[in-house]
Amino acid sequence: MSASQGSTNTNTEPWGSFDDNIIQGSGSAVIDMENMDDTSGSSFEDMGEMHQRMKEEEEVTAEAAATEEDNGEYGEFLGMKGLKGQLGRQVADEVWQAGKRQASKAFNLYANIDILRPYFDVEPNQVRNRLVESLIPVRMINFPQKVAGELYGPMMLVFTMVAILLHGMKTSGTVIREGTLMGTAIGTCFGYWLGVSSFIYFLAYLCNAQITMLQMLSLLGYGLFGHCMVLFITYNVHFHSLFYILWLVIGGLSTLRMVAVLISRTVGQTPRLILCGTLAALHMLFLLYLHFAYHKMVEGILDTLEGPNIPPIQRVARDVPIVANAAVNATIKSIAAFVQSQ
Amino acid sequence: MAEVEESSKPLFAGLSDISISEDIPVEGDISVPVGSQNSDNDFSTLDEPVKDTILRDLRAVGQKFVHVMYPKKSSALLRDWDLWGPLLLCVTLALMLQGGSADSEEDGRPQFAEVFVIIWFGSVIITLNSKLLGGTISFFQSLCVLGYCILPLTVAMIVCRIVLLGGSGLVSFVVRLIVVTASFSWSTFASTAFLADSQPPNRKALVVYPVFLFYFVIGWMILTFSPSH
Repeated sequence: MSASQGSTNTNTEPWGSFDDNIIQGSGSAVIDMENMDDTSGSSFEDMGEMHQRMKEEEEVTAEAAATEEDNGEYGEFLGMKGLKGQLGRQVADEVWQAGKRQASKAFNLYANIDILRPYFDVEPNQVRNRLVESLIPVRMINFPQKVAGELYGPMMLVFTMVAILLHGMKTSGTVIREGTLMGTAIGTCFGYWLGVSSFIYFLAYLCNAQITMLQMLSLLGYGLFGHCMVLFITYNVHFHSLFYILWLVIGGLSTLRMVAVLISRTVGQTPRLILCGTLAALHMLFLLYLHFAYHKMVEGILDTLEGPNIPPIQRVARDVPIVANAAVNATIKSIAAFVQSQ
Repeated sequence: MAEVEESSKPLFAGLSDISISEDIPVEGDISVPVGSQNSDNDFSTLDEPVKDTILRDLRAVGQKFVHVMYPKKSSALLRDWDLWGPLLLCVTLALMLQGGSADSEEDGRPQFAEVFVIIWFGSVIITLNSKLLGGTISFFQSLCVLGYCILPLTVAMIVCRIVLLGGSGLVSFVVRLIVVTASFSWSTFASTAFLADSQPPNRKALVVYPVFLFYFVIGWMILTFSPSH
């Protein structure tokens, strides 16, 4: 725009140049705002907006020109009503376009879902392989192990765990005050996944381990596969000893895998110890917590340990077969007898 | 000129009550753009009785219900999506699953808000997932399909309630289990018939699994529903 060279500019555009109206900065403070608006924007967004507005104005004027001839006569024939209708519609159209432009600008800037798109670029057999590998600890810890950075598998596993937890809570008749079952389940699972990942990532940063946040999220997410399996089995088959065996074997395997990957990416004994000890403790304890907090068999144990005369487990979970119940009773009676004898 | 006046006559037919002082010759291009015809229709739907509007919407919703019950490869559900049907189904299901007082001992029963949130939040998650996996379907189209495919589960809920009226023994449990399983697989099959087409062919399983999980959770909520005595 020719604002700065107005005094020497002698261009004569058909629409009339800015020359007469723009002050050259020679001491006068009068600014004609009418023309300042057109030249105010030099930033990227304003240029883009101007360009878009010019494009849309072309369309609008073309449309208006096309319909004006027909509607000019209409206006005359129908009196004011026809003209007002057309004007009203155009104004509404203009407002709608402006609003849409603003909203799409904001949306493209902030809520761009395409940021996450590369993390979901997986094939079904890849997901299946990674699920199986999450239970197989690697042997080579001198060489940094590759960790896939994807979010599809972990997210699906977290949601599956939410579903399994819900099932466990329902069949054990858990009562949640100040909240809902669903909220608790989602909060627990997502909180564990995101919270522990962030904490271990922070520790890894302190211990100088070579792992990114995405990789940590992915690793821990796939580590939940073992948890899902154990919970699925033990929420339906209520043997305590079975749970402990599965906790050690499957929980242990998935923890070992995560620990091995982290060891392979850390240097030095103490950092390795800190990092892997924390992760192992949190992972195993979480499985323990999930089993006991949401599956009210622990009530029976406490009752039994108080005194020998109190019969064990009065409160029975729904749909528990009699046989399993009797087996658990026997186990707890033996534990109680053992404790009493000490 | 003559044919121009002829084609213009029907347009001026409705203006016979307005007096014209002189005969104004019509000139120029009389090709009426399609826009003004539609705008005339817009004005006329505002004047129609409310019963017509409601019936038209209900008929559209009902037609989509039929499409869900007999899932063929038609694109009617996708083309004119609407969210009335899902809202109706969601509210019906949530109301039927509620059926208990707030402070009862059986607090494990899902509340209205819980069911509502599960359905809509779950649908949003599945839609986001299918978009991230490279789907070509739009956000609201996907919401529409997932919502409409809850219809078999709602029917199953009604059947379960009727069965529960006759007692809650083992037989009724088996019957309910069969009904819920059948309707849940019907829902999954119906929604994948619409959704999976918009995915690249080797990734269908990745999209089907969350849908399966979603309807499984809803079906399980229906199955474990027991009315307060």
